[in-house]
Amino acid sequence: MSYDSQIEEFQHVQTAHCENGVTTALLRHNGLDFMTEPLAFGMGSGLFYIQIPFLTVNNGPAISFRTMPGAIFKRTCKSIGVDVKSKRFGSPESAEEFLNKKISEHVPVGCQVGVFHLTYFPKEYRFHFNAHNIIVYGKEEGRYLLSDPTMEDVTSLSVEELNKVRFAKGTFAPKGHIYYPENVGTVSDEMIRKGIVKGIRRNVRDMLHIPGSFAGVDGIRYTSNNIRKWRDKLGLKKAGLFLGQIVRMQEEIGTGGGGFRFLYGAFLEEAAAYLQDDRLIGISEEFTKSGDMWRAGAIQMAGVYKGRLTEQKSFDEIADRLLEIRSVEKEAFQKLSKLNLGK
Amino acid sequence: MKKEDLPQDPGALANFTREVCYVKNQDGKYETALSEGWDVKKEALDNAWVDVNERIEEARQGVINGEKSPVYYFMELRLMDIPLLSGYTGFLSFFVKRHFKPSVFKGLSDTKLKKYADAFDITLDELKNFKG
Repeated sequence: MSYDSQIEEFQHVQTAHCENGVTTALLRHNGLDFMTEPLAFGMGSGLFYIQIPFLTVNNGPAISFRTMPGAIFKRTCKSIGVDVKSKRFGSPESAEEFLNKKISEHVPVGCQVGVFHLTYFPKEYRFHFNAHNIIVYGKEEGRYLLSDPTMEDVTSLSVEELNKVRFAKGTFAPKGHIYYPENVGTVSDEMIRKGIVKGIRRNVRDMLHIPGSFAGVDGIRYTSNNIRKWRDKLGLKKAGLFLGQIVRMQEEIGTGGGGFRFLYGAFLEEAAAYLQDDRLIGISEEFTKSGDMWRAGAIQMAGVYKGRLTEQKSFDEIADRLLEIRSVEKEAFQKLSKLNLGK
Repeated sequence: MKKEDLPQDPGALANFTREVCYVKNQDGKYETALSEGWDVKKEALDNAWVDVNERIEEARQGVINGEKSPVYYFMELRLMDIPLLSGYTGFLSFFVKRHFKPSVFKGLSDTKLKKYADAFDITLDELKNFKG
C-alpha cells in the first residue's frame, strides 16, 4: 500500500514564530482566511516572561518571552469554536502509521519536533530544543513534504529523519506529538471579537497576576536582580554567556524581534480594527516602545559579551533598563485591564 | 522598530532562510519584513559556540589524560547533558555518571555501549576506540 500523496491545495505560510505559523496555516487551510500570525498569537495569549529560578538550559538562564509550547494552538482554536485533535505515541511506528493515515485523508497536520537532529537547519542552530513545530502536508517518493513556518520555502525529510525528530528526548520530548484542527465551522466577526477579548484578558492575568516573583512582569524584575549579581558571581566570561542567552531567546528567529513584543503590538493594532476601539492603538504603541527597549538592552548586553563593557556600572545599567521595561509593560497591561473590553 | 531600521546582517541563517520580523512602516502601521539577521544576536550565538567548543576540547583532553571516558567526550560533542543522555539511552543519571570513569567504561558490555553509540550517532567501534 502506498501512501504517496500531496495535499495540493495546502498553502505554505511564513511567520516569525513556528507555533503561530502552524496555527495560522492550518486554520487558513480549513477555510478561516481571516487568521493571521498576530491574531493567532494574541488570541492564544502568547506574550509572556519567565525566568525559572536555579535552572540552566544549554549552560545559560532558563528564560522565555512567550507562553508554554502548545498553548497558542489550543487556546486560539478553542476561542473560535474549533476542536483540537492532539495525539502522542508510545513508538515511532505507531506515530508514523497515524501520520500516514492523516496524509492519505488529505489532512495537513502539525508536528512537534526536536531541532538537534533537524537536518535542514543550519548546524549553528541545532541545539537540543524540542518545542519546534512544523506542518506535514504530503509524502512523495519516501520523503515527507514539510512546511516549516519559520522558512521562506517548503522543505522535506526522509521517513527516518522525521521519525528521529518526532522522538527527540529531553525537556518537552515530543513523543511523536501530532495535532490538527477539526470540525471547523464558520466563524463570525462576533466570535473573533470574543476570542480577541478573551486572549487579552488571559494575557493580562498571565503578566500581572501569576503568583510568585519570577513570572509575568515581575519575572523581568527577577532577571534584573540576577543580572546585577552576575559579574561578581559568575565572572565576566560566564556573565557574558548568560546575557547572550537572554539576547538569543529575545531576538532569534521565531520571535519577530524584541522578545515577541512587536508581534503583540501588531496584534493590538488588528484588535483595534476588529473591536473598533482606538484606545488599543495607543496601547499597541507601548508594546512597540517595550520591544525597542528590549532591543536597546540587547545592544548593551552585546557590549559585555564582546568584551567592550566590563564594569559593574554596565551591569547595573542593563538591570535598570529591565526595570524600566517592567514598568512600561506593567502599565500597558494595567491599561488593557481597565479597558473593560467586551463589557 | 521602524522598517528602515531593520538590520540586514548575514549570519548562520544565510542560505537557509530570511526571518520574518514585525516592523512599523511609514504610516506607523505594523507590517512584516524579512531580515538577513542582526550582528548583536549573531555574536551571542557565535559566543555560545566558542563556549561549546571549549567544553568539547576540555573533554577530549580529559580522555587523553585518562580522567574521562569517551562517553563523556561524545556527550559534550553532541551538546548533551546527563539528563538528556539518560533520556536517549534509558540509563539512570547515576549510571551515566559512573560510565564517565574510564575504569568503569572499560568493563561495559557491547549491548550497553551500543546504546551510547546510537545516542551519539556513531558506530560501536568509534566509541570503543576513541583515544582523544
